[in-house]
Amino acid sequence: MRHGVARFVTGFLALPVGLYLFYVVWPFLQAAGYSLTDWGGYSDRQQFVGLDNYLRLFSDELIRKAFWHNVFFLITVPLFTIALALFLAFLLNVGGREDKAGIRGVFGSGLYKVIFFFPQVLSLVVIAVMWQQIYRADGQGLINGMLMKIGLVSEDEPITFMYDPEPFLGVPAVLWWLLLIAVWSGAGFYMVLFSAAMQSIPKDVYEAAILDGAGRFHTFFRITLPLLRDTVSVAWVYLGFIALDMYALVFVMTPSQGGPNHASEIFASVLNFTAFQKGQFGYACAMGVALAIFTILLAALQLRITRRERIEY
Amino acid sequence: MSTVTHTPGGLAGPDQTPPPGRTPEPRAAVGGGRAGARFFNGFSHLFLAVWAIMVVYPLLWVVMSALKTDSEVIRKPLSLIPERLQWGNFARAWTEGHIGSFFLNTVLVLTGSVFLTMLLGSMAAYVLARYEFRGNRLIYYMFLSGLTLPIYLAAVPLFKGVYNTGVVLPFLGPNSHFMLILVYVAWSLSFTVFFMHSFFRTLPNAIAEAGMVDGASHSRLFFSVMLPMAKPGLISIGIFNVLGQWNQWYLPTLLMQSVAGEPKNQVISQGLIELSVNQGYRSDWSGLFAGVTMAMLPVLIVYIVFQRQVQSGLTAGVSK
Repeated sequence: MRHGVARFVTGFLALPVGLYLFYVVWPFLQAAGYSLTDWGGYSDRQQFVGLDNYLRLFSDELIRKAFWHNVFFLITVPLFTIALALFLAFLLNVGGREDKAGIRGVFGSGLYKVIFFFPQVLSLVVIAVMWQQIYRADGQGLINGMLMKIGLVSEDEPITFMYDPEPFLGVPAVLWWLLLIAVWSGAGFYMVLFSAAMQSIPKDVYEAAILDGAGRFHTFFRITLPLLRDTVSVAWVYLGFIALDMYALVFVMTPSQGGPNHASEIFASVLNFTAFQKGQFGYACAMGVALAIFTILLAALQLRITRRERIEY
Repeated sequence: MSTVTHTPGGLAGPDQTPPPGRTPEPRAAVGGGRAGARFFNGFSHLFLAVWAIMVVYPLLWVVMSALKTDSEVIRKPLSLIPERLQWGNFARAWTEGHIGSFFLNTVLVLTGSVFLTMLLGSMAAYVLARYEFRGNRLIYYMFLSGLTLPIYLAAVPLFKGVYNTGVVLPFLGPNSHFMLILVYVAWSLSFTVFFMHSFFRTLPNAIAEAGMVDGASHSRLFFSVMLPMAKPGLISIGIFNVLGQWNQWYLPTLLMQSVAGEPKNQVISQGLIELSVNQGYRSDWSGLFAGVTMAMLPVLIVYIVFQRQVQSGLTAGVSK
C-alpha cells in the first residue's frame, strides 16, 4: 500500500514539476548565473565578472530613469484605480432611490457592472492598439478629433500624447497618458470586486448602524470602507504587479519602445533593449535579478503593511 | 455632500431588505433628506453613465471604423455611421493581414495549453493538498515562488533554452506550436496549483475514505470522485487561464518569431502588433481596425454570454 501511494504521487507530480523546472525555474536560475558574467548572448565567450554588472546598474543613467518611472506607476496605478473603483462601487451600491426597502443600489446596476468589466476581458495588446488610434497626434485620433471639433485644440497644435516628453508635475506627459489607459482598463474589474465584497458584509452590521441613526455617507465611510480593508489591500498588491507590467503598453504605443527620448522607459523595456538590441545578455540578466529582488521586497513589504487580523463574519 | 440622509436602510447592496421594526421618525427629523437622496441618485446615474460611455464609446468607435473606407477614416474619423458597410476590410485583415491564420493558431495552441494546464495543474495541486510526503512543502513553495518573479528576468535564458532544444528536437524549438503549448502550461502552473490547492483542501475527507473502502485506486479516486467535486474551482481557474493565455503577448513575441521561409505560426497578439507597426507604412487604417475588432469581439461575446461566471471566476482568482 505505501508503495502504491509513492508511485501515485510521483506519477502525478512528474510531468507538472518537470515542465515547471525546465521552462520556469531553470531559466530563472540561469539568469542569476549569467548576471555574474559579461556574456553577449550570441557567442560562447563569457567571462566571470562578479558583481560588476550590479555595480554598473547604480551608475546607469537609463536604469535610474526607468526605476523612477516604475515607482511612478507603482504609486499612481493602484492609487487612481482603487479610488475610482471604490467611488464607482459606492455610487452603484448606495446611489439608488430609497423606498420601503431602504436605500437601494442604482437602477440597472447589473448592466453597469457588465459594461465596466469589458476592458478586463480585452488583451493588453488590443487595448494598446486601440488606444494608439484614440491617442493619434492628429485630427484622425478620437480625442484630438473631438477637441478640434469643439475648438479646444487648434489643428496646428494637436495634443501629441505618446510623443510628448515634456514633464507635467515633474513626470513626462507620456507616462500620464499611459496611466490613464491603465486606470481605464482596471477600474471596472476592481469595482466588481469591491461590489462583491460590499455585498458580503452581513446586513445586521448595517442594522446596528441604522439604529444609531447613521446615514448613507456615514455608513459607507465608517462601516463599509473599514470592512473592505482586506479586499482593498489585496487589490493594492495585485495592482502593484500590474504596474510593474506596463510593458505591453510601452512596447506597442511609444516611439522606439520607451521613447520619445527615453521618456517612457521602464525596467522591462530597458532590459529587453539591452538584451536583444545591444546584445549584452549578462548585464540584462543583472537587471532582471535586480527587478526580481525589488518585486519580492515590495510584495513582502506590502503584505507586512496591510496584514491585520482577518475579520470573520 | 452635506446632505446626509438620515434614512434607515442598508448599504450593502441592491437587494437590501428593510430592518425590522424601523420607524419613519428619523426621516421626518431631517428636512430635505428626500430631495438630497433624489439629487444623489441623479448624480450617481450621471457619473455611472459617463463612465459607461467612456468604456463603450472607444470600443464602438473601433468596430464602426472597421466598416469604413480608408478615406472615410481620414476624412470623418469621428462618425460612428459608415457611408456604406465595408465588410471587405475584414476579409483583407483576415487574409492579407494574416489575422485569420493567427487566429486559428491561437485557438489551436489554447485548446492544447488550457486542457493541459487544467489537467496537470489539478493533478499536482491534488497530490500536494491531500498527500503527506517528504518535499511536499518544498514543491508547493517552488510553484508559489513563480507568482512573484517577473517573466522578463527569465526571458533571455528561456529564449536560449528553447533555441538549444530546437537544435535537437525541432518540434520543441522556436516557432513551434507544441513548444508554445508547453511554455504556456509551465507558466500557468503557478497560479493554477496555488488556486486548486486551496480548493482541494476544503473537500471533505469522508467521501475520499468511502471511495478507498470501495476499493478505488488513487488515480481512479481523483478522476471520478475528487475532480468532479472540484468543478466550481475548475470553472473559475479555467476562465482565468483561457483569458490569460489568449492575452499572452510577451512569451509569443519572444519565442515565436518566424525566420523568412518558415511557416507563420504566430498568435493573434503578434498579428495585431504587426498590423499596428505596418499601418505606418501602408496606411491601411480600416484593415487595422478590422483586425482589432476580430481580436476583440469573440472574447467580448463569450464574456457577455457567460458574464456571471467570468466575473465571479476572475474575482475569485484575486480574492483567494
